[in-house]
Amino acid sequence: MNKETEEKQQLLQAPSPAGVVVSRKSALIWLIPSTIIVLAFLIAPAIWTLILGLTNYRLTGVEAASPQFVGLENFTNALTDPDFLNSIRVTVLFVLGSAVFGQALLGFLIAWTIRDLAPKYRSAIELVVILAWIIPSSVVTFLWIAMLNGPEGTLNTILGIDTEWFLEYPLLSIIVFNIWRGTAFSMLLSSAALASVPPSFLQTARLAGASNWQILRDVVLPSIKGYLITNLLLITLWTFNDFTPFLLTGGGPGGKTETVPVFIYQEALRFLELGYGSAIAAIALAINFVIAMFYLRSSRKNAAS
Amino acid sequence: MTQATVKIQKVLKERSVRAYLNRVLFVFIIVSLITFFVLPMLWLFTAPFDASPSLHLEMPDWTLNNFREMVENPYALRSIGNSFILAGGTVLIVLIAGAPAAYVLSRARFRGRDTALYILLLFSSIVTGSAAMVPLFFITLQLGLIDSYIGTILVLTGGLLPASIFILKDFTDTIPRSFEESARVFGANSFQMLRDVVAPVIRPGLAVIAVWAFVNVWSNFLLPFILLRSPSKSPAAVVMYSFYTDGGQAIIRVIAAFSIVYTIPVLLAYLFVNRRYGFRFYGGIKG
Repeated sequence: MNKETEEKQQLLQAPSPAGVVVSRKSALIWLIPSTIIVLAFLIAPAIWTLILGLTNYRLTGVEAASPQFVGLENFTNALTDPDFLNSIRVTVLFVLGSAVFGQALLGFLIAWTIRDLAPKYRSAIELVVILAWIIPSSVVTFLWIAMLNGPEGTLNTILGIDTEWFLEYPLLSIIVFNIWRGTAFSMLLSSAALASVPPSFLQTARLAGASNWQILRDVVLPSIKGYLITNLLLITLWTFNDFTPFLLTGGGPGGKTETVPVFIYQEALRFLELGYGSAIAAIALAINFVIAMFYLRSSRKNAAS
Repeated sequence: MTQATVKIQKVLKERSVRAYLNRVLFVFIIVSLITFFVLPMLWLFTAPFDASPSLHLEMPDWTLNNFREMVENPYALRSIGNSFILAGGTVLIVLIAGAPAAYVLSRARFRGRDTALYILLLFSSIVTGSAAMVPLFFITLQLGLIDSYIGTILVLTGGLLPASIFILKDFTDTIPRSFEESARVFGANSFQMLRDVVAPVIRPGLAVIAVWAFVNVWSNFLLPFILLRSPSKSPAAVVMYSFYTDGGQAIIRVIAAFSIVYTIPVLLAYLFVNRRYGFRFYGGIKG
């Protein structure tokens, strides 16, 4: 494509013979409502937060009245703050365990297992998985306390043991909890992905004598890679920023479940160190950005191939 | 018996053993899955009806008194109504503002469109986090929208729009352009085309986004907690944390009864949408 045609396509994609499907004017008008809301309630507070990260702003004391610019001090402090580094480590384990290996794999496994079931059984299984996803967070907290807490927790009663799950296996507890909580999304996306594989591909593979595993590996997975990458991107970002574990463990014991959002909450809203909390939020954003670029790049590579 | 038939029989036998093992594995997976997902939920269906509920699962001593006690709490039922206002309002604005934007972004190719969408998606993760609460508080205060439903709804909408647009755009990408081109040929204007051609086709996408946004707002604690100052405007997520005695003891009877009343609307919303439109992503979301 030469430069001139590229410029022509800058605003609107190449019109097909029947004409442009949406005029420039209506395109702009349709973007206005979202743009206003996003500017005022998303971009402005996000940028404000990033700026606060460069100050020593607190909600109490002298710095509350006249916050000073401290440049990158908050950031250099963060990088040597063992509590912050710990929260990064906890978050990475939490995201890998509950989103990448937990929700994505389990969601796909469910979609794959129930793909040929009669619709009525299929909907029943989907309903319980989705119910775990839509029950309000504060209710879910009580459900999981009843499940795991103390000697009379449901799990201990069934296993006939007496384990303090939240104290002895805190990270594992919130990982399992988050798998339970969020698998629905990956299941729905994987079902959509599986439905997009042309049945003729599967028939051909089966006629050629391929086993289930071979069909999965050589036919299904390559053709749904795009979906899986989008799924991983969204659940990674959502899990990274998820605050719900705090409702179960409060970040404890001893910071073992203190993920980055919990750490930010403690600094910003409990210790009222807003400048520092905002700087951490900026670092979290940068990490999210790197993750998003990584996925975006692999999805482009996938689209190109 | 010829060698060939022996071989065929052997293969058939192997196949039936394998089919049997597959069957056992299948049943095992299904049963474990259902147990894993249902077990933690059981409390929600026993504790509200138990005369002396506690924070563990037990056979209830059946009663409806917990509900009477909950209804007597002045904030309990009203908070469910407040949650409806917040969730309903947010869903409405997300759809009205998000659908046309998603459509435009799907059809018109702006330079840097994908990058812009990704950056918004990232920003939405800070804004829903706790560090942005103070800036958000000041912005709504300066706009005179503090302690108002509309202010809270707009802030919630801002957080949900990027992901909604992202998902809806992918739904729209799967619709063949020729649909709209023929509508154009028959003289439809842009708005008619959106309403009569595009909206019906992406309706499952709109339904998915509606449920997703509704559920998100329904369970959001932090934003309404900070932006709505009067207790009479508090939604259920906030009021749920007020069922404590003066000594700080949780009143489990009220919490249990409230939990199920608070959960039923999202369950009904899902069942309704699933029945009417099918709660699936169809072709949507492949990045």
